[in-house]
Amino acid sequence: MTDQKKVVEILLSVYKVLDENKEFLTDLDNVIGDGDHGINMARGFAEIEKQADALVGKDIGNILKTVGMTLVSKVGGSSGPLYGTAFMKAGMTIGAKTEIDMNDFLGALEVAIEGVKARGKSTTGEKTMLDAMVPALDAMKAAAADDADTKAIFDAGIKAAEAGVEYTKEIIATKGRASYVGERSIGHQDPGATSFTLILTEISKAY
Amino acid sequence: MKKLINSVETVEDEMVQGLVKAYPKYLSKLDCGNVVVRANKKEGKVALISGGGSGHEPAHAGYVGEGMLDAAVAGAVFTSPTPDQIFEGIKAIATDAGVLMVIKNYTGDVMNFEMAGEMAEMEGISVKQVVVNDDVAVEDSLYTVGRRGVAGTVFVHKIAGALAETGASLDEVQAVAQKVIDNVRTMGAAIAPCTVPASGKPGFELAEDEMEVGIGIHGEPGTHREKIMTANDITDHLLEKILADIDYSGSEVAVMINGSGATPLMELYIINNRVADVLAEKGIKVVETFVGEYMTSIEMAGFSISLLKLDDQMKELLAAKADTPAFKA
Repeated sequence: MTDQKKVVEILLSVYKVLDENKEFLTDLDNVIGDGDHGINMARGFAEIEKQADALVGKDIGNILKTVGMTLVSKVGGSSGPLYGTAFMKAGMTIGAKTEIDMNDFLGALEVAIEGVKARGKSTTGEKTMLDAMVPALDAMKAAAADDADTKAIFDAGIKAAEAGVEYTKEIIATKGRASYVGERSIGHQDPGATSFTLILTEISKAY
Repeated sequence: MKKLINSVETVEDEMVQGLVKAYPKYLSKLDCGNVVVRANKKEGKVALISGGGSGHEPAHAGYVGEGMLDAAVAGAVFTSPTPDQIFEGIKAIATDAGVLMVIKNYTGDVMNFEMAGEMAEMEGISVKQVVVNDDVAVEDSLYTVGRRGVAGTVFVHKIAGALAETGASLDEVQAVAQKVIDNVRTMGAAIAPCTVPASGKPGFELAEDEMEVGIGIHGEPGTHREKIMTANDITDHLLEKILADIDYSGSEVAVMINGSGATPLMELYIINNRVADVLAEKGIKVVETFVGEYMTSIEMAGFSISLLKLDDQMKELLAAKADTPAFKA
């Protein structure tokens, strides 16, 4: 079980990993997009770090909703509304709980992904974050159904997300700014799929 | 990276403040952030709001004023503004006649403006939108995000703004904005990239003898790279793509030769020289030409050509009075 304190700790370590990878993500975005993904994600989570003390007192649904609203209102671009929507939807699903388990996490991730699809009018195969998110969720659900332990479930998700990132190298972008470079997007991994994989990996380290 | 800035964190704020201080007669800034509105709000007319990432100066805040925009929202460099910023802008300019959002077609801009529009609707403000997608470099398809909005957006501001000033309804203003979008096409090329301050690195790298064709306005790479051509050859290439996209034959047009930020007027005039000759040869009548920096990409060296096919209504509205810091008619 994961309580509010631990959720906030995880968010802070997500901020750390995004900040460390700011340049890496921005460089990925430079090649096929407009070179701001790392900067924007780090900027958004830096705002969350500022609110960390206030967040601990909230229930988990409210923590995640606050994170979502902060990303929407501080980041802009595409990652703001997309990741913001994901966290808001996850927060709404979890509601007033003060402890969550793997089932809650997977349920929230599923609704979050649906939110990203709806907000971005996108689906898998378009070289977006969904190409890491959807396979990761599917793999984690399958592992959970096989009664795998928490670590094995996260490992399955990370492996699938990493494979998803590799897959984005092979395909042409049809959504987002990477779509403007057309075939030139082939060979380059999607920054959003990469940041999702970084985040999932960071969450798993807490267990 | 060499830039005349104080810190990368304050670029947008200081730029907007400097602009507003330069034109107090036209502009004022909301306290909540980088939202620029008309110094004197005009009641009873449809209010126009536009915006996007910073780095396109004078777009969009330079077009706030009589006969064009009522508000412009500036995000971080090349990053769409956030919904609450846009929402604050909408609230500040909203009248009983409603608000039209002029959005450039980028995933982020569309999402953030739509979220702001939803927030405004909840407050009882009637909001409509148009999405500008004039860039012919990008394939237009139902299965992709579609074409980008680029310099043609300025024509949308001018013509829809002029109609709004006459007291037309929100539906009428939206319809004329859409008519401009349906009739304007743009394409650009660059010979040197630009550098987003916060990133510190150029968006792409070009060899001394290369040019990037089909560029957008965010420093992103274009559709392809070629050996550098003469001004006439690249102009012909871009015009060919534009003229193939809609039927301009026998029509009257407005032309915009837009500089990307580091292209001297000397070169823009050379390009216009060719554009004017080619259009004359094809029997396309140029009613008005605009040469200058209208929608820049920080310090990119490049340009775009926009052609707007006019009808009587658009012709009249293009000539109508506009009094803004960056556009006067």
